Amino acid sequence: MTGAEMVVKALEGNGVTTIFGYPGAANCPILDKLPDSAIKHILVRNEQGAAHMASGYARVTKRPGVCTATSGPGATNLITGIATAYMDSVPMIAITGQVVSGLLGRDAFQEVDITGATHPFTKHNYLIRDGLEIPRVIDEAFYIASTGRPGPVLIDIPMDLLKAAYDYPEGKKEPIVIRGYKPIGMGKAHEMQVKKVAEAIKVSQKPVILAGGGIVLSDATKELREFVSKTGIPVVTTMTGVGTIEGGSNLCYGMIGSHGIKSANMTLNHSDLVIILGSRLGDRSVANAAGLEKRTKLIHIDIDPAEIGKNIFPDIPVVGDIKDVLTQLMPLLSDYHTPAEWKEYVDRIRSDWTFEEETEDSGFVNPRYFVKRLSEKTGSDAYVSTEVGQNQIWVANNYKFTDPRHFITSAGFGTMGYGLPAAIGASVASGETVIAVMGDGSFQMDLAELGTMCQWDIPVKLIVLENHRLGMVHEHQFINYKSNYYAVSLEGSPDFCKLAEAYGIPSMKINENSEIDKGIDALLADKNSFMLVVEVDPFEQTGGALNSHHLPKGVE
Amino acid sequence: MESKYILSVLVEDNSGVLSKVVGLFSRRGFNIHSLAVGVTNIEGVSRITIEVIGDELTVEQISKQLNKLIDVIKIKVSRSDELVKRGLLLVKVKISPKNRTEVIQIADIFRANIVDVSQSTVTAELTGGDSKLNAFLEMLAPYGIEETAMTGMIALERGTNVLKA
Ligand SMILES: Cc1ncc(C[n+]2csc(CCOP(=O)(O)OP(=O)(O)O)c2C)c(N)n1
Repeated sequence: MTGAEMVVKALEGNGVTTIFGYPGAANCPILDKLPDSAIKHILVRNEQGAAHMASGYARVTKRPGVCTATSGPGATNLITGIATAYMDSVPMIAITGQVVSGLLGRDAFQEVDITGATHPFTKHNYLIRDGLEIPRVIDEAFYIASTGRPGPVLIDIPMDLLKAAYDYPEGKKEPIVIRGYKPIGMGKAHEMQVKKVAEAIKVSQKPVILAGGGIVLSDATKELREFVSKTGIPVVTTMTGVGTIEGGSNLCYGMIGSHGIKSANMTLNHSDLVIILGSRLGDRSVANAAGLEKRTKLIHIDIDPAEIGKNIFPDIPVVGDIKDVLTQLMPLLSDYHTPAEWKEYVDRIRSDWTFEEETEDSGFVNPRYFVKRLSEKTGSDAYVSTEVGQNQIWVANNYKFTDPRHFITSAGFGTMGYGLPAAIGASVASGETVIAVMGDGSFQMDLAELGTMCQWDIPVKLIVLENHRLGMVHEHQFINYKSNYYAVSLEGSPDFCKLAEAYGIPSMKINENSEIDKGIDALLADKNSFMLVVEVDPFEQTGGALNSHHLPKGVE
Repeated sequence: MESKYILSVLVEDNSGVLSKVVGLFSRRGFNIHSLAVGVTNIEGVSRITIEVIGDELTVEQISKQLNKLIDVIKIKVSRSDELVKRGLLLVKVKISPKNRTEVIQIADIFRANIVDVSQSTVTAELTGGDSKLNAFLEMLAPYGIEETAMTGMIALERGTNVLKA
C-alpha cells in the first residue's frame, strides 16, 4: 500500500467524508487516490479558503475539519486559517505535501519549514519521516485535535513517502497512547474547589456569569441554561460565548468588551462575584483585568489549566470540563436565588441602555435594525457567519442566537476573509443554507470562493453591508485619530450585484430601512444562494450610544 | 518576588522538540537563564533542564504552557536550592612564567582539573553549582580570562524522589 493510500484509509477510518483542498505536485499523490474513496474533495480557490472552510465545517459538526495543500506556497496559504482555528480552539487537520525527503533542508523548489512555521499556533504538528508512521500519526492527530481543548494539528508528508509502497501494518489497531497527553479524565473538578465555588455564590449579593466559548466546546449549553434558570444569575457573554444563553432570554445581558454593549459591561463591573466559564479573558473582552480583580471576587472555571492565571488571577480557580463542573455544582445550590435587588438593578441598567432603533428612511439602512429584522425573520436560529469589523459586531449584538454553534465568526484572531469560506464549510457540514454577513472590505479578501460555492452548489445567503469603507478602521480613525481617514476608502470596488450576476447568483440592493423586509424576504425566498447588498452609512458606529468607547473614564 | 527556579522537563526524543520548548519561552516572553539537554536512562526520553529567574506565578504559567506541548511528558518545578545541581565550566586563563603556579594553586583549591597548558595559557575544567563556578571565575579574573565555555545546569532531586516518564 502506498503512503498516499494509507493517508486516505486513515482519513476514512476517522470518519472523514469531506476534504477542502487545492492541488500541487507535493499533495498530488493523495489526490490521485481520492477518486477510489467515498471522500469528497472540494476544490477551493485559495488554500486560505480551504482552511477556513474546514474550520466552519468543524464548528458545525464538532469533528475536525480537514484541509490539504501542496508544499511551499500552498502550505503558507493555509497559515492564516490554521492560526484562526487555533485562536478559537477549533479542531482541524491540515495535511500538507512536502518536498522529497532527500531534498529537505536544501531550499528545494517549493520547500518551506511548515512545521516550524506553524508550531506557535497548532496544538501539535508532525513532519513524517517514515511512511509506516502515517496511519498512527493521522489517528493521533484526530485524537489530539478533537479532545481536551480542541485545536488544529498539521501533518507534513514528504512526497516520496506518499508515493512509496509499504507493507501495510494490518491487524488490530493499537489504542492511542501519548505519554505527554492525557485529556481524558480531566472532566470533573476537585470536590473541594466546587464546594468553595458554591459557598462563594451563596454569600454573593451581586453575582454574574461570564459565559465564554469554552461552554460551546464543552457542549455545556444545556447545563448552563439549566444552572441559570435555577439560580437566576444574570449572564453576560464574550464574543465566542454569544448564544450560549439564548439572545432573547431575560437573563441574557449581552456581550461585554470593547465592542460589547454598555449595559453588559456595567453589569460585569458592578457585580461582587464573577463566575468565569470557559473564557481566556482576552484583552478585547476585559481591557483592564487588574481592575476587575480588585473590584470583585472571581471564580475561573476552565479545562485548560494554563488559562488560569494567564490573563487574570482568580480567587477560586477550578480546572475541569464546564459540563461536568456545572453538573457537580447544581445540587449544591438547589436553594440559592439571586437577590432580587441585584436583578432589579441590572434590569434597570439594561432598559436604560436599550434604545429604539432609527427606522426612518435616510438613504441608508440602519445595520442594527437590519440584523434585528434578520434575526426575527429567521427565527433566530439560522447559521450565520460574519466577517470581521462592524458587520461582526452588529451581528453579535443584535442577532438573538438560540444556539451558539450557529454563530460562526473569527473571534480570537479577527480574520477578515473568514466569513465567506467559513459559511461554505458550515453549509457543507449542516446541509443547510448558511447566511454570511459581510463588510464590503472583508468580502473582497476571499471573494474568489464564490467560485467554490457555485462549482459545488453550496447554498450561501450573501449579505454585503456596503459602506464603501473599511468601516471598523474608519470608526477607529474617527475616535482615536481625529477623523484622519486614511487608507480606508474602498473606491474601485465592483458593483456587487453585477459581480453576483457574473457568478449566476441572483441579487438585490436595498438603500432604505423601508426596504429591509422586502430585501430579507427575497434573500430567504428559497434555499438557493442569493446576494443582498445593503447600503450602510460609513459614519455608523458599532454601538451608537451603546458603544463602550463612550463609557465614562474608568469603566471598561 | 523573583528567585531562581529549575524546570526539569522529560520530553519525547522527537526531532524538533527542543525548538518547540525553547520557542515557547521566547514567544511568551519568558527568559531562559541556562539550558541543558541530554538523553536519559529511559528509552526515547530526553531530559531538558531549564533554569529561569522569575516570580512563582510566572514560573507556574511557564510550566503550564510547557505541559500543553504534546511532546512534553513530565515537568517538575523546583526552587534552585532544593536540588543537587551541577554545571561544567571550561576556562582558558592567560599566564606568564611568573604566575603559572599561582593559577594552578587556585585551580587546586577549587578541585578544578588542568586539561591543557601552553606557553601563555592554561585551560581548567570545573564542575559545580553556579556559585562555585562563578567564584572560580572571579578568582581567575585578575590573571586575564581569555575564553570560557559553560554548560547549562543539570539537576536531580535530593533523596529518593525520581521524575518518572
Ligand atoms: C486579515 C485582516 N487584515 C486587517 C484587519 C484589520 N481590520 C479589522 S476590521 C477592518 C475593516 C473591515 O472592513 P469591512 O470588511 O468593510 O467591514 P466593516 O467594518 O465595514 O463592517 C480591518 C481592516 C483584520 N482584522 N484582518
